[in-house]
Amino acid sequence: MAITGLIFVGFILAHMYGNLMIFGGQAAFDEYAHHLRELGAPMLPESGFLWLMRITLIVALVLHAYAAFTLWARAGRARHQRYAVTKQGYGQFYAKAMRWGGVALLLFVVFHILHFTTNTIQINGDFAAPSDRLVSSFEVWWAVLIYLLAVLALGLHLRHGIHGAAMTLGLNTSLTAQRRIHQVAIAVAVVTVVGFMVPPFAILLGLTP
Amino acid sequence: MKVTLKIWRQDGPQDEGRMQTYALESVSEDMSFLEMLDVLNEELTARGEEPVAFDSDCREGICGMCGLVINGEAHGPERTTTCQLHMRSFKDGDEITIEPWRADAFPVIRDLVVDRSAFDRIVAAGGYISVNTGAAPDAHATPVPKENADRAFMAAECISCGACVAACPNASAMLFTGSKVTHLGELPQGQPERYARVLQMVDQHDAEGFGGCTNLGECSNACPKGIPLNVISQLNRDLNAAHRHR
Ligand code: HEM
Ligand code: FES
Repeated sequence: MAITGLIFVGFILAHMYGNLMIFGGQAAFDEYAHHLRELGAPMLPESGFLWLMRITLIVALVLHAYAAFTLWARAGRARHQRYAVTKQGYGQFYAKAMRWGGVALLLFVVFHILHFTTNTIQINGDFAAPSDRLVSSFEVWWAVLIYLLAVLALGLHLRHGIHGAAMTLGLNTSLTAQRRIHQVAIAVAVVTVVGFMVPPFAILLGLTP
Repeated sequence: MKVTLKIWRQDGPQDEGRMQTYALESVSEDMSFLEMLDVLNEELTARGEEPVAFDSDCREGICGMCGLVINGEAHGPERTTTCQLHMRSFKDGDEITIEPWRADAFPVIRDLVVDRSAFDRIVAAGGYISVNTGAAPDAHATPVPKENADRAFMAAECISCGACVAACPNASAMLFTGSKVTHLGELPQGQPERYARVLQMVDQHDAEGFGGCTNLGECSNACPKGIPLNVISQLNRDLNAAHRHR
């Protein structure tokens, strides 16, 4: 769970950086999208690197979701009789946020691939260039809203997940280490939410070059 | 002060159980929580009703027998054991809900009393060291660096009360198991069985039907001894090493 989660974190940060290319202008963004398909050439065939990434992510997602659902089911079996009263805190919140938020992320990933990768869902017209699809979609306020909700769910998932991954890997060895781990988790979550949401809002408000 | 108590009543392991409400007048705020329940039980006995069954032994916060979930918090609103909680932590007129530890691995025996022998079996699976019997060795025969000794003592503070399980949204007992693994793993005497210990204790933990840890930290927040979450990370570290050693 920790390893697959950290693979996602690496992917997420790279993806976010890629999205910010839109601020270099639409040509730069299309160049980047094209370059992704050429990476590793001529050692790898056209889109070879891209497919390696995709396969890695799909395998990681299956393992990650399998582990998550196993833990979820185990928790249910471990406490059939619920409490009449439960004080709400970090743990109660994130127990739900990781699970339902994780399911929401899974649905979002499907939607997201149908939207930008396969061009099956067209929000504001049909365009060939990736940058045109990006800009035209985020001129629609409800598209921005869908992405905002998904990215907020992702931020919560990372805020607890990065701390959890560090725990699983045995990195929390002292109270100081624990404080640092929480700081890193919050920082990555905030950077991710801001980094992903700046392009859509900039497009919505007409601020992109 | 006056309080309204909502208490879980269950006649035996097979009984369905239900919440029952009792009003208690003239509670002193200097009473401990268990003394308040003693007063209730005296009243119930005088009325010819069955007293509420609850566990306690030392009543000084060291034996770990007295766990109750009070208003949704293991051991109530203060960081201490239920026996060391006082009624001054509540207000006049408060409604107080009292439930037993809830986990399938801790079956209810009666009312608020649960069977925590699953913990004994986890300890039996690996919470020991091998030493020659006979005369006790000199206290300084085996030097222990202060850092390790401090951490071992910190983990050894665990009184096996089960609040970690009660508070965990997954009903996991990893704080308990991690504290045993850390306690023995920090000391030279614990090294021979170090990696076998963590594997056996975790296997037993899972076999008892406790949930899996998702690092939520409610265990450590509820622990009357303030055992930190890092004992679980230590357990994971030893577990990863144990898989490599095999
Ligand atoms: C199929 C959709 C997903 C579900 C159902 C899901 C659910 C979960 C659950 C239940 C946990 C365990 C909570 C814990 O150990 O504290 C978890 C951990 C984690 N998730 Fe996800 N998640 C999903 C997708 C993602 C995605 C897309 C990412 C990356 C952006 C991600 C990153 C992480 C990380 C880093 C962890 C921490 C691993 C650990 O605790 O060892 N997850 N996830
Ligand atoms: S009765 Fe011993 S710890 Fe409370």
